[in-house]
Amino acid sequence: MDFNLTEERALLRDMLQRFLSENYSHEERRKLLASGKAYDTSIFKELADLGIFGALFREAEGGLGGAGFDIAVVFEELGRAGVIEPILGNAVLAGGLISELGTGEQKTLIGDVIAGQKILAFAHTEPASRYDLNHVTATAKAGGGQITLSGTKAHVPNGAQADMIVVSAREAGTDWDEKGISLFLVPTDAKGVTIVDHPNVDGTSAATIRFENVVVDEGARLGASGVAFAAIETAVARATLAVCAEAVGAMEAAKALTIEYLKERKQFGIAIGKFQALQHRMADLLIEVEQARSAVINLAGHLEAPRALRERHVSATKNLIGRAGALVAEETVQLHGGIGMTDEYALSHFARRIVMIDHLFGDVDHHLERFISLNAA
Amino acid sequence: MDLSYTPEEEAFRAEVRSFLDEKLPRQLKEKVRLGKRLTKSDMESWHAILNARGWLAPNWPKEYGGAEWDAVQRMIFEEEACLAHAPRIVPFGLSMLAPVLLAFGSEEQRQHYLPRILNGEDWWCQGYSEPGAGSDLAALKTKAVRDGDHYVVNGQKTWTTLGQHANWIFCLVRTDPDAKKQEGISFLLIDMNTPGVTVRPIVLIDGEAEVNEVFFDDVRVPASNLVGEENKGWTYAKYLLTHERTNIAGVGFSNAALATLKHVAASTQSGGKSLDQNPYFAARMAQVEIDLMAMATTNLRVVSAAAKGQAPGAESSMLKIKGTVIRQELSSLLRRAAGPDAMPFLPDYLDGGDNVPAEGPEHAPASAPNYFNMRKLSIFGGSNEIQRTIITKAILEL
Repeated sequence: MDFNLTEERALLRDMLQRFLSENYSHEERRKLLASGKAYDTSIFKELADLGIFGALFREAEGGLGGAGFDIAVVFEELGRAGVIEPILGNAVLAGGLISELGTGEQKTLIGDVIAGQKILAFAHTEPASRYDLNHVTATAKAGGGQITLSGTKAHVPNGAQADMIVVSAREAGTDWDEKGISLFLVPTDAKGVTIVDHPNVDGTSAATIRFENVVVDEGARLGASGVAFAAIETAVARATLAVCAEAVGAMEAAKALTIEYLKERKQFGIAIGKFQALQHRMADLLIEVEQARSAVINLAGHLEAPRALRERHVSATKNLIGRAGALVAEETVQLHGGIGMTDEYALSHFARRIVMIDHLFGDVDHHLERFISLNAA
Repeated sequence: MDLSYTPEEEAFRAEVRSFLDEKLPRQLKEKVRLGKRLTKSDMESWHAILNARGWLAPNWPKEYGGAEWDAVQRMIFEEEACLAHAPRIVPFGLSMLAPVLLAFGSEEQRQHYLPRILNGEDWWCQGYSEPGAGSDLAALKTKAVRDGDHYVVNGQKTWTTLGQHANWIFCLVRTDPDAKKQEGISFLLIDMNTPGVTVRPIVLIDGEAEVNEVFFDDVRVPASNLVGEENKGWTYAKYLLTHERTNIAGVGFSNAALATLKHVAASTQSGGKSLDQNPYFAARMAQVEIDLMAMATTNLRVVSAAAKGQAPGAESSMLKIKGTVIRQELSSLLRRAAGPDAMPFLPDYLDGGDNVPAEGPEHAPASAPNYFNMRKLSIFGGSNEIQRTIITKAILEL
């Protein structure tokens, strides 16, 4: 067993940590959010130049890694700094699906993603699908060498900032069938595409996208007809790892701020960190963060495992991160008192992101139920 | 022991119910039901409706325009008002300052201020907390120095809830810097339109500016605005805090939140069944309901003891802790019930605009902001840690 990062990954982590600590201050992030912009374009470009997007793809696609531990290293640092730039939907979800299913020509898009020259979005969740990946009602009708797409997709990360959308739609079967789902590449400026942008509670940006008889060529299909579900599940497994690692980074940041505060803040004449009641809660919190880190390691290490084993770790990790996350968010705010509730102070932003991650790709209850049924299967 | 209501109490409940049915404006009810943000005039208009009925000040004596309800009547009203989605009554003037004036103020002060609270002329806010003091309330530093028939006030208050709407603030100020921490404090009423008073909003984790910082820069306050005796303010403050804590159990709010949660869970589809059929979600809902059922009775036990003249002491600390934990859990479950639809942040919609595309079920847009807002419950009014310390000392005598 060796729990140390490889030298390359340690270098990547250190470089990213240094860059973000020097260039991604809480004040700048708040200013950006107040301006209504979805992200900082120059930071985004610099992250690309540092090779961050490249680290999320395999060498075959022009990347530098693409394995579970690469994703974990990158996203933990993004979480520690509270980065809102479009990376998850862009590189992990949409980029990951093209990497998995795309033809040589389609894969040229990955080069643009790695270089930070194009942004992709993955439009899959629908207004009524909640956390069920197989629930797809958007339709794709083939005919005469063309595909006509119709349906509505919700909560598309950075959907309004994307140049190109990877959208799921049904070519066969009923609403809940795993079979019959296909993926298509659609330019955001295609006729019949309507995009409504909105900010999320945690500062990230998402969109509702409507497709009304959007016509694309047959060549826009990613992979074969009706068999995209397995690839979607794989991409979501990778994205789940990404947000879980991001949550660990955010938990570490929240924990560090709180320890600092407990040492600094005085009440009744002494630092509040000297009160045993608070010390023990901080100790419990530390234990949960370490558990969260181990859960992320488990998932990262099993990302390439056979489906049954991989998904067991997806649900185990997401459930544990959801529980630890709620504890860390709520306790760090509580231990800070009123200051922890303010928008001006960084802690509230970490708390928001940690809690909202529970709403991505299935919450604690969803994954508890799923873990049990995967065990039974 | 008899847990049933008397026929008089049942008749009172029916009267409250029909009043709410008739007088609570529909638009206001909708806003509260969906967790939208209320404007100052929303709150004022509801106060005026209650005042017209003589129900705005349940705990005041009749001679000052109060309803003089007993503890059970007040519980019944709170339960019914919450279930009907009535706005909460803004407590600062009505249930925080007024009891202090009634107990410790001069007759002139009562005659002047109490009617103005009832008819909406004055909106009060609370000047207790300070940066660096917080739950260690007695560490406050704001100074009031006597200068002829005035006090000159300098310092800063914080976490002043709804202070942006207020024209008056009741403050704890330090009048004897040399005395022991608790002994040099006075209770002072300050007109916020006095030169030198500045209010700065603080945006919170839910994106709303619900609290404020209030700065005092050489503010001249007439000495007649002192409540009770100079340097005895700590006694009055503690009296007020005990009153604050008796209302903090929030049984009515929790009942209403539970009803909403059950409705949402039954009408939300998840994985091919309704959410209340999901064993894990249903178990969490059931647990919080069981806790709430017991807490409602704990609350009644404490309240009825108080009604018999036993001042609520450390028992109110138990209610504060349990009541806030339950309300927080309910807000957490409502957020989870919203699923992915909890993520969008739609302040324009929450402020009453209807031109904003709200995704998903109607309760979803407010669910995450409300969950985050509810974190304050275990922090303010003396944090839950402070309440545990009070219990340890006062009840356990450790």
